[in-house]
Amino acid sequence: MNPNYLDFEQPIADLEVKIEELQLVGSDNDLNIVEEIAKLREKSTKLTEKLFANLTPWQTVKVARHPLRPYTLDYINRVFTDFQELHGDRHFADDAAIIGGMARLNGKPVMVIGQEKGRGVQEKVRRNFGMPKPEGYRKAQRLMEMAERFKLPIITLIDTPGAYPGIDSEERGISEAIAKNLAVMSRLSTPIICIVIGEGSSGGALGIGVGDHLAMLQYSTYFVISPEGCANIIWKTSEKAPDAAEAMGLTSTVLEDLGIVDATIPEPLGGAHRDIDLMAERIKDHLVERLAVLENLPAADLLEKRYERLMSYGNE
Amino acid sequence: MSWLDKIVPSMVRKNDVERRTSVPEGLWKKCPKCESVLYRPELEKNLDVCPKCDHHMRIGARRRLASFLDEANAHEVLAHIEPVDRLKFKDKKKYKDRLATAQKATGEKDALIAMQGTLKGMPLVAVAFEFNFHGGSMGSAVGEKFTQAANIALKENIPLVCFSASGGARMQEALISLMQMAKTSAVIERMRQQGVPYISVMTDPIYGGVSASLALLGDVNVAEPDARAGFAGPQIIEQTIRQKLPEGFQRSEFLLSHGAIDMIVARKDMRDELANLLAKMTRQNLH
Repeated sequence: MNPNYLDFEQPIADLEVKIEELQLVGSDNDLNIVEEIAKLREKSTKLTEKLFANLTPWQTVKVARHPLRPYTLDYINRVFTDFQELHGDRHFADDAAIIGGMARLNGKPVMVIGQEKGRGVQEKVRRNFGMPKPEGYRKAQRLMEMAERFKLPIITLIDTPGAYPGIDSEERGISEAIAKNLAVMSRLSTPIICIVIGEGSSGGALGIGVGDHLAMLQYSTYFVISPEGCANIIWKTSEKAPDAAEAMGLTSTVLEDLGIVDATIPEPLGGAHRDIDLMAERIKDHLVERLAVLENLPAADLLEKRYERLMSYGNE
Repeated sequence: MSWLDKIVPSMVRKNDVERRTSVPEGLWKKCPKCESVLYRPELEKNLDVCPKCDHHMRIGARRRLASFLDEANAHEVLAHIEPVDRLKFKDKKKYKDRLATAQKATGEKDALIAMQGTLKGMPLVAVAFEFNFHGGSMGSAVGEKFTQAANIALKENIPLVCFSASGGARMQEALISLMQMAKTSAVIERMRQQGVPYISVMTDPIYGGVSASLALLGDVNVAEPDARAGFAGPQIIEQTIRQKLPEGFQRSEFLLSHGAIDMIVARKDMRDELANLLAKMTRQNLH
């Protein structure tokens, strides 16, 4: 099995192998082979289109967790310019699972904050697989308050398997750190745009996820408990995760219907990892467009709208 | 057969498995901590605190509020708020059916009860989680009721006290539940900005989404003795770090020593201590 393809993508992987083989044997002049390759390419594209047009929720979960899926740093370097990372919560430590700093979006200064899962084993360990501890949320809070002082819009990129469930996390008050962020983000007097780029897992995601506009990449997921966790509770086995994923409504389509998510940003064919530059461009366009709208609102209106929106959840 | 089995009529006896873990409902109750068999009327007089080992057992939301508020003025508010199954969630059972079962078993519409009344003459709003309703989990009805209770407090400029006991956000309402964390935290922040006091009382147990929102955002955070509270459940932590958790982990005393709460208050002292706090926070004399 090709590790760059998910289980349900294996037919595509097989085609790609054939294309590669033909490319190796054929010379440029061999018309038959050129034609054959073109045919196979078309077939591969059609197949990908077909598979991705009807992704099940569980398949979407897998795409959102794809090992090649772009992470926060991949986007920061493409969507923004001039990024300068700022470190530390000023109380305890710098949490590498949350990245924050100032950058420019189309020349305009902004504050960017996001969870980073880390690429490669060493990086993953260093970044705790994108599972923030209290100091990560407190760093985020510090940077967001700073953004408010200097009138910088805040952009958060959400991608985490959850806040870190460990002894030290509890000792330093992970619950309070998340709760405090929810409270603070509800009243910060500067536009906040949140984008789920991969996995939005529960409170650990929401801890940087309260704002004026919430978007999701097409194949990202957002849930209150992981499908495995849900399956464990209900069926006593994580093998029922696909059923749980089905029931939970964790895709952008369902969440847009529920009025929780405002927009879905379409992904390149086969997922964001197939064309990171194109994905970054779409994210950038979306941010520029939404920010223009939000920045036009008087601060009082912005806050009132945000508050009303929060109050409307589950109340109609 | 224990002596107790011999004196309990056979028709009251439960099946073997249940009998081993609990004493028949009725006149007697076994303390889950020290296993003393307690005479129920006496236990109730003691607010369900074991007279032998001081273990604070869970009590229902209504008894909680009745024992806390002045009897004369307490009345329920926001009783009309009901849960909604927006996702048409279905696992082994339909969520709708789970709700109906919980409603029948508890006589409540959902897991939060709100009352308005007085504490030693001081007007306030008090809410309490009913843990027997779906593990006290927070879905849209709980979030909405908490928020509206806070709105009463804001409007009348009177304190809000919340007794929480909850397994966390309610899975069956998916992201709508998650958003209740943001909603309740936002209204608490508004109270904070307007100087309306909010006291959070944590009672066993509090986990997940309720812990990471309304339970830890009090101007003053209080916990009952030996209550368990944390973000991740102990099993999940043990699975993640692959080691045993230390004694007393996530208990009230742990929360106090790690700076998460202000004080531990025994149930029998709850009225006195909270009245004393609230009188100062609202600059009144205590009667």
